[in-house]
Amino acid sequence: MMKMQNVGCFAIRKKLTRRQEYILLFLSFALPLLLWCLVSYVPFLYHPLVRVTDAGDSFLCAPGDLIERSAFEEENRELASSGGKIMRGERANPAYLPAPHQVARSLVTAFLTPPRRDGEAWFHESIGHSIRIVFLGFLISSLFGVPLGILCGTFPFFERLIEPFIEFFRYFPAPVFATLCVAILGINDAPKIAIIFIGTFFQQLPMVANTTRSADGALIEAAQTLGASRRRILMKVIIPSVLPRLYKDMRILLGWAWTYLIVAEVVGTSSGISWFINQQAKYRDFSNVYAAIIIIGCIGLFCDMFLAWFGRQIFPWESKHKGIFYRAAEEIFGPRDQVFSIVLSKEERRKRDEQHSA
Amino acid sequence: MNSTLPDYKQMMSPEVRDRFARLVRRPVIMETRNLFKEFPTSSGKNQIVLKDISFQVHQREFLSIIGPSGCGKSTLIRILAGLETATSGEILLDGKPVVAPGAERGMVFQKYTLFPWLTVCRNVMFGLESIGKDRDTAENIALQWLDIIGLARYADYYPGQLSGGMQQRVAIARALAPQPRVLLMDEPFGALDAQTRTQMQNYLLEVWRNIDITIIFVTHDLDEAVYLSDRILALKANPGEINELIEVPLPRPRRSRMLLEPEFLATREHIDKLIRPPVKREDECEFKVVNMVGDKTFL
Ligand SMILES: Nc1ncnc2c1ncn2[C@@H]1O[C@H](COP(=O)(O)OP(=O)(O)O)[C@@H](O)[C@H]1O
Ligand SMILES: [Mg+2]
Repeated sequence: MMKMQNVGCFAIRKKLTRRQEYILLFLSFALPLLLWCLVSYVPFLYHPLVRVTDAGDSFLCAPGDLIERSAFEEENRELASSGGKIMRGERANPAYLPAPHQVARSLVTAFLTPPRRDGEAWFHESIGHSIRIVFLGFLISSLFGVPLGILCGTFPFFERLIEPFIEFFRYFPAPVFATLCVAILGINDAPKIAIIFIGTFFQQLPMVANTTRSADGALIEAAQTLGASRRRILMKVIIPSVLPRLYKDMRILLGWAWTYLIVAEVVGTSSGISWFINQQAKYRDFSNVYAAIIIIGCIGLFCDMFLAWFGRQIFPWESKHKGIFYRAAEEIFGPRDQVFSIVLSKEERRKRDEQHSA
Repeated sequence: MNSTLPDYKQMMSPEVRDRFARLVRRPVIMETRNLFKEFPTSSGKNQIVLKDISFQVHQREFLSIIGPSGCGKSTLIRILAGLETATSGEILLDGKPVVAPGAERGMVFQKYTLFPWLTVCRNVMFGLESIGKDRDTAENIALQWLDIIGLARYADYYPGQLSGGMQQRVAIARALAPQPRVLLMDEPFGALDAQTRTQMQNYLLEVWRNIDITIIFVTHDLDEAVYLSDRILALKANPGEINELIEVPLPRPRRSRMLLEPEFLATREHIDKLIRPPVKREDECEFKVVNMVGDKTFL
């Protein structure tokens, strides 16, 4: 006899309750944070260094120095044998591993601290600059990549004419064009945007073309038997049918554009978030480095959550799996129906309201 | 086999005979002449899928095409629609050759092909706008059609929110809205459950009775073909060739009780013999029933 087992939350492909999902969402962030806290606040777990609090008679070390534990003990042994006052210190982590509270503080202070030198950018200005570069590079790439991709995906003529070269070009890593871009476009923002463009465009075109080719042939045939012209089939069948998938492609590509940003920002005069990170690393202010990294992550995640949510508004016929971040976005920005009314015509709204009241 | 059934041809009542006499006097809407279709195969030799297909469909006729799976029914109807080109032969619509798909030949597919991003109403409007109707006119006609098929309430639903049967009803309305000369249907109810299928058949007959439309209907279901059609084109497989053109001896309007009448059964039996492939020895299998319960008293 088979025995029905209660497997609780470990059932295969069984949906969890909303509560369980939120608990897990919390845990997926809380667990790494907990690990970080343990390493930072429990002295005997890691803490390979010693921070000197009282240098005693040592003239090698000063208060505040971070030194290896072995070196600290060696020095103290020597001080003790020569009868000097020994050093005191506490176990500490290396500078590149700041504690959570330090990073948390930096998340705020990074914005409030003026730049160390005149003419340098504030943190928020650096972020703004980065976002602008990514946005412009991605926009210009999409302006060419999306229409050309759709053309290649629709007409075999353009597929054969354009795609082979693009496929070949795709294998050049975008950073190899850095010096070339600077030589042609100068040292300011233009070569940075160009790097993002190169990094995105040559992936974007084949991706859009492939997605366009995945348009359901049966729908195209149905449109043909309804007397639709070629233009109408392209505009009213092929494009709408792949639009949700194209939109998803764009979200993925935008993530890649962010990756190229880091390369782009060190091209020519360095700028933006990468400049900020490099600068802070030079000052050995690692809590600021982590703050900046976390902020990049948050911008990316927030952006993607918003785009996912926005996609639902404009593609109401698509109702697939709702990810947990999507749910969260729904709670931030509002449920679909509320905003969906923007894309309904007046007439449709009137009809829907009638239906609702009936 | 039931040998007590007489030949279906002898069972035609004078009224039905009269109907057929009137039918063939009506103008020919669609016609094929010596249609051949070959597909290239991996071995390099062409496979002949359709061989010398010639037939005529008269105005307001309901013609079914039936045949075993893979005999080329879909290929034939796709050629009629203009979605596939014939290797040789002619297809004429109102005497003019057919070269490409067009709105004067509406089509309903087995696969659900409503545009998922358009509401039901917009789907029906699609063909109307394709033939140049402006938006308001198209919307009015579409709403009338939704009324006819009894789905006016669902005008603003997306296809994904409807059942399979409802989607096919909308697909029929969408194909009929631009007023085509013929409606081509390729196993349109093949994906539906038995009950919905019967409903859809009656419902299609009802629509067909009330408007001026010629229907060419592909199916592999004998009951469906006999129940719906005026005439049935039976194909044989490998290569797809016309076996026989059967005139169904049932009066109109059709009623579901006719499924039990001798005319129906005799016609069905006749076509069954025509299209059923000869049974090979190895296909006939013997069932060995093994009693695994052990408790013989229960049996
Ligand atoms: N595009 C195609 N290329 C090659 N062979 C095809 C193609 N379409 C159909 N065939 C072949 O033609 C035959 C008839 O197919 P089809 O018309 O779909 O049959 P039916 O609809 O009667 O089941 C099949 O043997 C199939 O393999
Ligand atoms: Mg078929």
